[in-house]
Amino acid sequence: MTVDTSKRQDQVSDLPPPGGLAIQGQLPRWAVPGGLAASAVVVGLVLAAIGFSVGLFVVGTVVLFAVGLYVASRQVEGSRKATDRLVTVVVSSAFGLAVIPLLSVIYTVVSLGMVRFDGEFFNSSMRGVVGEGGGAYHAIVGTLLITALAALMSIPVGLLTAVYLVEYGKGRLAKAITFFVDVMTGIPSIVAGLFAVALFTYLVGPGARLGFAGSVALSVLMIPVVVRATEEMLKIVPNELREASFALGVPKWRTILKVVIPTSIAGIASGITLAIARVIGETAPLLVAVGLTTALSFNPFDGRMATLPVFAYLSYATPGVPREPYLERAWTAALVLIIIVMLLNLLARLIARVFAPKSR
Amino acid sequence: MSTETTPGPSPADTQPPVTSTRPVVQPGDRIFSGLAKGAGILILVVLAGVAAFLLVEAVPAFTAPSAEIPGGAGFAAYVIPLVFGTLLAAVIALVIATPLAVAVALFITHYAPRRIAQGLGYVVDLLAAVPSIVYGLWGAGTLAPASVALMVWLENNLGFIPFFAGPASTTGRTMLVAGVVLAVMILPIITAVSREVFLQTPRLHEEAALALGATRWEMIRMAVLPFGRSGIISGAMLGLGRALGETMAVAIVLSVSGGITFNLIGNGNPSTIAANIALQFPEASGLGVNVLIASGLVLFLITLAVNSIARFIINRRREFSGAN
Repeated sequence: MTVDTSKRQDQVSDLPPPGGLAIQGQLPRWAVPGGLAASAVVVGLVLAAIGFSVGLFVVGTVVLFAVGLYVASRQVEGSRKATDRLVTVVVSSAFGLAVIPLLSVIYTVVSLGMVRFDGEFFNSSMRGVVGEGGGAYHAIVGTLLITALAALMSIPVGLLTAVYLVEYGKGRLAKAITFFVDVMTGIPSIVAGLFAVALFTYLVGPGARLGFAGSVALSVLMIPVVVRATEEMLKIVPNELREASFALGVPKWRTILKVVIPTSIAGIASGITLAIARVIGETAPLLVAVGLTTALSFNPFDGRMATLPVFAYLSYATPGVPREPYLERAWTAALVLIIIVMLLNLLARLIARVFAPKSR
Repeated sequence: MSTETTPGPSPADTQPPVTSTRPVVQPGDRIFSGLAKGAGILILVVLAGVAAFLLVEAVPAFTAPSAEIPGGAGFAAYVIPLVFGTLLAAVIALVIATPLAVAVALFITHYAPRRIAQGLGYVVDLLAAVPSIVYGLWGAGTLAPASVALMVWLENNLGFIPFFAGPASTTGRTMLVAGVVLAVMILPIITAVSREVFLQTPRLHEEAALALGATRWEMIRMAVLPFGRSGIISGAMLGLGRALGETMAVAIVLSVSGGITFNLIGNGNPSTIAANIALQFPEASGLGVNVLIASGLVLFLITLAVNSIARFIINRRREFSGAN
């Protein structure tokens, strides 16, 4: 507070004589676009002399523009306005900087992944394939099966737990569950994979790798996400709806099933879809718990299975002798994975929009 | 209702109020609440199982003679460089991502035109949707080669700082690049939390600051940032938790040769716990598996501590927040 007042007094003494408001200058509206264009031209000319590169051009333009704008504004508008303009430039360019990786990721994956984005990739496995050809049909099947099994285990458990926490939970048990769901949210994915390995080492024997172990690992990661999402949605169901239902003599469990859950189903479904999207791209737990195979397998309870993320990783990290076909398949697998995840995200938004309760 | 029961005119009239004051309990109710409670308890059992199985599998690594542990100097000597690498990569990511995320959150909440602000929020959320394996491939395939020139420049011009002592890697698969990839991955988390808090800044505070003649930046510095400080900290801690446990991006990007070093741009980097597990596990057997699981347990404890601190800050803020 003290700082503020002293600042303000400085400002007051800085103010120009009466009638200052009209006199105090302001940069013209064209100063920002004009300054940007001018710095782009200057930097472009300088770089043209010493060798051009897109990165240097953008960085140089932004820096020159920021400095120039600050100096000009300081001369005309005073230091406070100048700082404000400088921060505006910094904050806006920070957003631009944050978007660059996204664009670069999408560009890299699409341009390298399109090479093998063909029919063979989707209808053949890697059985007996060395070098060219082959595909990831077996990995796509494995990813879908393992994720579906994980969802099958996580959704009922997560949903019922959220119902318990919101509708029934009181006292110590509910508090403990809330706390440990938080703990579970923070489990690193590789640790979940190690848990699955340790569990199935105990159940099946050392060196056990099977698709179901991957599903268990993914469930450990997925359950807390489902609980959190569902809890949030159940909490915003207005209490009046429950009370109205009770007043009509409807028992509590039917109230929950027929009133509370249908009201919030859009949010719950979109939350669950996002949870699936989150785990379907997990690599580490599947790498340690499921491994990889070259052949098609529809049985997650017997032996190794291929999954897209592990397929992409191992094709990239340990390619065969002609490297190129392996790397191409890795990028295409990454592209397919990104497409699946983006579709799931899109689906979640669609669900949330289409099935949202009618607002008054 | 209950006062009416004793002097009621006829027994038939008193009957309905008495039953309606207590909730209707049907068999269906018992089954349903039992199921819900059972699911909650199952989560506790699963978590206990995670802890128990990891502990049981980790114990041999703690008790084995130190000569049998990879490296031949005991478990502590094995795991400490990994812990160092894990913390180093995560801290680099945090140092890069936090200021950037705060700026992005400010841009979305206070600078961008309101009509496109939500769309920009989605764009940042998309960053969170990209699977980590894709970031890893991107980091090794695109970012690493592109950063070689920058790292040579750093070595030549800032070589007196120990972080950039060099010799600069020619592949670009360095700790610095791994940290940048992790920063990109945790940016959306920190941004999301900060954005949420910035939006909750009391409107009256902001308007009061502007009415007193503050510029937009002064308003943000005086009203928004003090209000959102704990939110930024907890978001950063959540991001740190994610960065600590991130596996594949580091495993693919980082070129590893053990050893503790602060040189961020060289070829010989300490691995991280998670990446080390991913790289070693497929070929591990016998005691090697136990050692890796034990290191996983260490990682679990570190992330648990970080996340607990984050939750603690969030909850404390909720209690003392002026927003409600």
